Amino acid sequence: MSIEVRHAWKRFGTFTALAGVNLSVPSGRLTALLGPSGSGKTTLLRIIAGLESPDATSDPDSGKVLFHGEDVSNVPAGRRGVGFVFQHYALFRHLTVFENIAFGLSVRPRRDRPTTRQIADRVNELLDLIQLSGLGGRYPDQLSGGQRQRVALARALAVQPRVLLLDEPFGALDARVRKDLRRWLRTLHERLHVTTVFVTHDQEEALELADEVVVMNQARVEQVGPPQEVYDRPASPFVIEFLGNVNRLERGRTAAKSVLYVRPHDIDIRREFAGEHAVPARVLHVFSAGNYGRVSLSRGDTGDTIEAEVPRQQLRELNLRDGDRVNLVFRHVRLFPAEGFREEDLPSEPSASRDAGSGI
Amino acid sequence: MSGTASTLVHVAQPHRRRTLADPPWLKRTLLVVAIGFVALFLVIPLGAVFVEALRGGFRLYWAALTEPDALAAVRLTLLAAAIAVPCNVVFGLAAAWTIAKFDFRGKSVLTTLIDLPFAVSPVIAGLVYVLMFGAQGWMGEWLADRDLRIIFATPGIVLATVFVTFPLVARELIPLMQAQGRDEELAALTLGAGGWKTFWRVTLPNAKWGLFYGVVLCNARAMGEFGAVSVVSGHIRGETNTIPLHVEILYNEYQTQAAFAVASLLTLLALLTMLLKSLIEWRHRRALLAAAHAETRTFAS
Repeated sequence: MSIEVRHAWKRFGTFTALAGVNLSVPSGRLTALLGPSGSGKTTLLRIIAGLESPDATSDPDSGKVLFHGEDVSNVPAGRRGVGFVFQHYALFRHLTVFENIAFGLSVRPRRDRPTTRQIADRVNELLDLIQLSGLGGRYPDQLSGGQRQRVALARALAVQPRVLLLDEPFGALDARVRKDLRRWLRTLHERLHVTTVFVTHDQEEALELADEVVVMNQARVEQVGPPQEVYDRPASPFVIEFLGNVNRLERGRTAAKSVLYVRPHDIDIRREFAGEHAVPARVLHVFSAGNYGRVSLSRGDTGDTIEAEVPRQQLRELNLRDGDRVNLVFRHVRLFPAEGFREEDLPSEPSASRDAGSGI
Repeated sequence: MSGTASTLVHVAQPHRRRTLADPPWLKRTLLVVAIGFVALFLVIPLGAVFVEALRGGFRLYWAALTEPDALAAVRLTLLAAAIAVPCNVVFGLAAAWTIAKFDFRGKSVLTTLIDLPFAVSPVIAGLVYVLMFGAQGWMGEWLADRDLRIIFATPGIVLATVFVTFPLVARELIPLMQAQGRDEELAALTLGAGGWKTFWRVTLPNAKWGLFYGVVLCNARAMGEFGAVSVVSGHIRGETNTIPLHVEILYNEYQTQAAFAVASLLTLLALLTMLLKSLIEWRHRRALLAAAHAETRTFAS
């Protein structure tokens, strides 16, 4: 079941949550809506679910939501066939886990309602799926956060939704539970293959879990693509800055100003002379906890601070001390026109990926 | 002067830790003051009601309660409460639901207006109804033409009672429903439940303790109200007297023992209300504790 949203606008007072957003989610895939808070990702998810209605504009096609090509814009949330998992789970606190999962089936009109026996079978099947068999009689407040999250998911799945929508599914959990649950959700998705969209502000979560990432910023979609592509070929300075640590360096020597980005792990530190494109720098500090050592450096000519990540082994061989002078080789950089400059101001290959050290 | 200051500092230093646990004499004094106050103003007068009521023996006490005018007063009070409480339940639920679960223009105005009956003196509340429905009132002629009596009759008493108890249920429910948010209702909606089913199966069960508490308070006030009811009642014995009004009449006629006997009914009602209130709070606190407990376990896991 593919999902399409056409040109959706949404304003809350003076705040614009969505500014003409187009979205297309492929069928059977796991898609992440990734962005900082206030970027409109949750609003978009709620519009897909039918919990929020897009603003009307002069364009009649604006704000349309299509499931598999079928226009569902005027179908109420309860009949869209969506399973929605809320950020804080929104479990019915006065009902047991069993009753929570059964809710969607038991509120159906009498003629569509499965028998009590069928409902019980379905609920038990789901309890198995979320690995909580035996806890059906508990109340939500007797469960841990991770367990509640899984109950919320089972409750949404009970009605066999055409699409599954999750709002910050791991937001309220601590780091370890979050990692386990992430892996579990991925396996579950591979079993069920329900078209799934989840909202997150955590880039690591989006890159690890999703088949496709939609990066949003300030009410617009910045980039859409598979995680690897979005990470390796970011379409804008926002995307590169949002997806992990990056060094932002002004490249002022050419006529047209541009900004150069280099990821900490794309920097090679050399003690010896490393060609004329290498950048001289001074070591400020070395942090060597974890698999990678982090070195903070001061660039020789401009004084900019640069962060580099070096494998432990290499760090040991380099034997860096604070104040040492070194040469930096950038293995992979991204170049964007500086703010206020349009792409065509760049001499050649605007905003394309460049190879090591070209013209720094 | 400086000498005093330095002594103070000197003395204060070793005592600093003990200030966290107040000195025993202070604790004792506060306790005596508090208990004395409660005894003087609450326990002794409350006890006096029963002592006075039973002074002439149980037979006289029973006679005062079963006398026709007293029974009529009890019936009217029950009737007024039986109408006012359901009215306020319906209104309170509707108001709390709209205020807590929807955003609309004039929400804060509505919230403030709900509190109005608390701000207005009950006497004025009664007078307003006299001005509207009384013989010389705005609608007096229209009502008289149709032979309808509101003032100095049961409808007026019910109206006045509804007015003074108006905010009680809504005020209990609004903060509760606001704290609970609307996510559960939205979840029910996405699961295919309609508005009505969502209300009966999600909203109402979640609000039931707040609602019950509101009903208990509302009932106590409805049965005990004096001022507003007094203005619209006309004090017709056996017809428009509620329990509080009946007590006043008996007292003014120097039938002290009978007055206290009837008053003891209201006192029992108050005690029952307090009992229910603590019971609800106890249940509520247990639920809260369970929730807090689960929360800590969430973080621990």
